[in-house]
Amino acid sequence: MDLAYSPEHKKFQEEVRDFLQQTQPQWPPSRTVGRASPEAMRWQALLIERGYTARSIPREYGGHGGEPDLLKSHIIAEEFARAGAPGGLAGQGISMLVPTLLELGTPEQKERYVKPTLLGEMLWCQGYSEPGAGSDLASLRTSAVDEGDDFLVNGQKIWTSTAHEADMMFALVRTEPDAPKHRGISYLLLPMSTPGIEVRPLKTMTGHAEFNEVFFTDVRVPKSSIVGNRGEGWQVANTTLKFERGMLGDPNEAGRRFNDLVTLMQEETLDGLSLMDNPLLRDSLVRLQAKVLAMQYNGMRLLSGELRGEVPAIARLIVKLQGCELNHQLAALAIDALGELGLLYDNSPRLRAEGAWQRKYMFDLGLIIGGGTAQIQKNIIAERGLGMPREPKLAAAPQSGGAR
Amino acid sequence: MDFGLSEQQLSMQESLRRYLQQAAGLEHLRSVVADGPVHDATLWQGLADMGLTGLLVPQAYGGLGLPLMDAVLVQEVLGEFAAPVCFTASAILAPLALALAGSDAQQEKWLPRLVDGSLQVAVCITDAGGSREDAGVTAVNDKLNGRLMFALGAASAELLICSCREGDLYLVHRDAPGLEWTSMRSVDDTRCLWEIKLREVAAELLLPEAGDALAPVSAAGRIALAADTLGAAQTMLDKAVAYSCERQQFDRLIGSFQAVKHMCAEMAAELEPCRALLWYAAYAYDAVPDKRTLLACHAKAHLGEVGTSIARTATEVHGGMGFTDLLGLHYWFKRIGFNRQVLGSPDRLRAQAARVQGWGVQADRLMEQGGGYR
Repeated sequence: MDLAYSPEHKKFQEEVRDFLQQTQPQWPPSRTVGRASPEAMRWQALLIERGYTARSIPREYGGHGGEPDLLKSHIIAEEFARAGAPGGLAGQGISMLVPTLLELGTPEQKERYVKPTLLGEMLWCQGYSEPGAGSDLASLRTSAVDEGDDFLVNGQKIWTSTAHEADMMFALVRTEPDAPKHRGISYLLLPMSTPGIEVRPLKTMTGHAEFNEVFFTDVRVPKSSIVGNRGEGWQVANTTLKFERGMLGDPNEAGRRFNDLVTLMQEETLDGLSLMDNPLLRDSLVRLQAKVLAMQYNGMRLLSGELRGEVPAIARLIVKLQGCELNHQLAALAIDALGELGLLYDNSPRLRAEGAWQRKYMFDLGLIIGGGTAQIQKNIIAERGLGMPREPKLAAAPQSGGAR
Repeated sequence: MDFGLSEQQLSMQESLRRYLQQAAGLEHLRSVVADGPVHDATLWQGLADMGLTGLLVPQAYGGLGLPLMDAVLVQEVLGEFAAPVCFTASAILAPLALALAGSDAQQEKWLPRLVDGSLQVAVCITDAGGSREDAGVTAVNDKLNGRLMFALGAASAELLICSCREGDLYLVHRDAPGLEWTSMRSVDDTRCLWEIKLREVAAELLLPEAGDALAPVSAAGRIALAADTLGAAQTMLDKAVAYSCERQQFDRLIGSFQAVKHMCAEMAAELEPCRALLWYAAYAYDAVPDKRTLLACHAKAHLGEVGTSIARTATEVHGGMGFTDLLGLHYWFKRIGFNRQVLGSPDRLRAQAARVQGWGVQADRLMEQGGGYR
C-alpha cells in the first residue's frame, strides 16, 4: 500500500486543480445526458484540448490523442468531483458507442461518427431492450430483413433514453431468424430521421419521461451500417455492455450523495434540534458512511489492479449491484431524515433540494433494475466470481403470444 | 500509487496458510479446545519461529518493526483457520503499548521476549466507555484497585496491560500481590477471556513521550479483530460455496438453485468491499494518524455487521449439516460473534465514529447536562 502519487502525477494533479480554478466562470450547468448546450459543447472542446476527456482517443477522430494513463484519468475524475466541476459529456454515444467503434468499426464508421459524437454535435440512443427481451436480451425479435442493399427493420425497442432528441441509434436487430438466438443478431447504426421510426415518451414513476419506446415500421437501413460482422452483433454488444457496467454504481456518486446527506442532517432540525443530534438517524448515517468508504476503497483497489494488469474479479463484479443499492439507501435515509418534508415533490412550497431525494430514490430503482437487474448481477457474481454452476436449462416456455 | 498488498505480504500470508493447513486443521482445533478455551502454545511457537510474533516489535529489540498492516494480515489468516492463539493481545496490543509508552528499561526487558514467543501478555483496554456492571480500575499512586472484565490473553500471561478509568495505561506483573484471575467462558473457545480483580496492586505507568497511547492501541486492536472477522467470514463463504457445489437435492447441485446462488453472491458482494476498507484502515493507522480512530471504528463496526450476517447465511447454506458439530462450521460462527462484541460492539463504535467527526455534539452536551448518559 502506497497511496502517494509520483512527482509526475502530483504535478498533473496541480495542473488539473489550477485549470479548474481558472475556468470556473466558464463551467456549464452540470448536465451530462441529452442534447448538449452551446456552453457545454465549448466546455467539451476545451476539455478534449486539455486531455481531460476523450484522453486516449486518437486525434484524427477528435480525441486528445494522449497515452492511456489510468492514474491520470483517476486524478481527473477525482479533482473534478472535488471541485464540483462538470465533467465532459457522457451519454451512451460517448461512453458506449465510441469505444465500440474504435475497437470494431470500419475506418469509414470511425471517420464519420466518432468526432461529431465526441464534440456533442451528434447525439445517440441505444436500441437494445424490447418488451419481450429484458434480462434475456438475446431473445430480441426486432427483425432486419435482407432487401438487396438494405435491411428492412420492423419491431419495437423500449427503455430508449434520449431517443426523442437523438440524431442516431445503435441497435441490436435479428438478421438471421433461423440461427441460434445469440448468433442471429447484428449491430446496426441508423439515423432517427429515417422514415418509419416513431418515438413515444415512456413516463416512469418519477413523473418524468426519462425513457422512450421506439417503433419501427418498414425502416430501410443500408447494409453498410452494420458494425462488426453480420450475425455477430451479440459479441459487438458485449463489448459495449462492458463499458455500461463500468458506469453504473460509481462510488464517486455515492460519495457526493453522502456529503449532501451530511449537510442536510447538519442543517435541518427536528423539534429545534439538529437532525445530527438524533441518535438513530446518526447511527444510520455512520452505518452508510462505512459502506460508502468501503466502495470508494474498493474502487481504488480496482484502479490499482488495472494498473498492475490483474483486476480482482469479485471486487469488479459487485460494483453495479452494491453501488446502485447503496445510492438508493442514501436517498432513503435522506427522505426519512426529512420526514414529511421528504415527501414534498415537484414545485411544492418548502421543497428541499428541488425534490432531488425523492426523484433519486425512485429513479435508483430504475438503475437497480436496468443495465442487468440485481438478480442477474447476483447470477453473474455467483457463476463467474464464485464458480457456481449455471441453472440447468428447462424445456422452452410456451410462447406467450405477445402478452406482457 | 498502489492500493494493494505487496508480493512480500502476499507470500507471507501464503506461507502462514501452508503452515496452518498442516498444523491447525479442523481435527487439531477440535482436540485442542475440547476442554474449553485455550491458547495453543505449540501453534504459538510455530508462529514465533516464522517471525510473526515480533512483526510490530522495533528492530532494536529484535523484531521486524513493520507497520500494523503486516500484523493485521497475519490476524486475517488466523481468522481463516479459527486458530486458537492469543495473537491480538501478545503480538499486536502488547508490543504497540510497550513501543508507544514503555520506558527503555521496560522495552528492553519485555520486547525481545515477545519476539521469541516466550512471553504472553493479557490486555484489557477501553477508550470509549462500554463498562458493564461498573467494571473498571482506578489508579492512585501507582496502585490499581477495581475489576477488569473481558481481558484478552493466554492463561500463561506473565504481564497484564490495562487502561484505568482516567485513560492511562498500566503494566502489572502477573505475580503481583492482590491480583485474582478468573477465566470467563465465551461461546468462542478459540480465544481466552478473563475477569481480573485488583486490590492495591502495584503497577507501572506506561507513559508515552507525547500524546496518548490508549487511542492508537485501541484502534489497532479493533483493526485486528476486524481482520480476524474478514478471514473467518471468507472461510465460511468458501465453505458454503464448496458445500453447495457438492450437495445434491432434487437431482441437482444445490448451488445451481438461484435461491442458494443468490445467498452466496450476496455474501461475496458484502464481504469483498470490506477487504479494501480493512486495508485502508490498517494503512491509515500508520500513514494517516488523523483518521486512525475513525477508520478503526468503521472497519470493526462494518465487518462486525457483515461478518455476523455471513456467519448466519453460510450456516444456512449448509442446511441441517451446518447446524451440527460434525462440520465444525460453528467454530467460525462463534469466532465472528466474539470479534463483534470484544473491544466495542458495532453500535458503540458507530457512536464513537460520529463523535470523532463532531457529529451530534449538541445532543451529547444536552445529555451530559441532564446527566445519566454514558
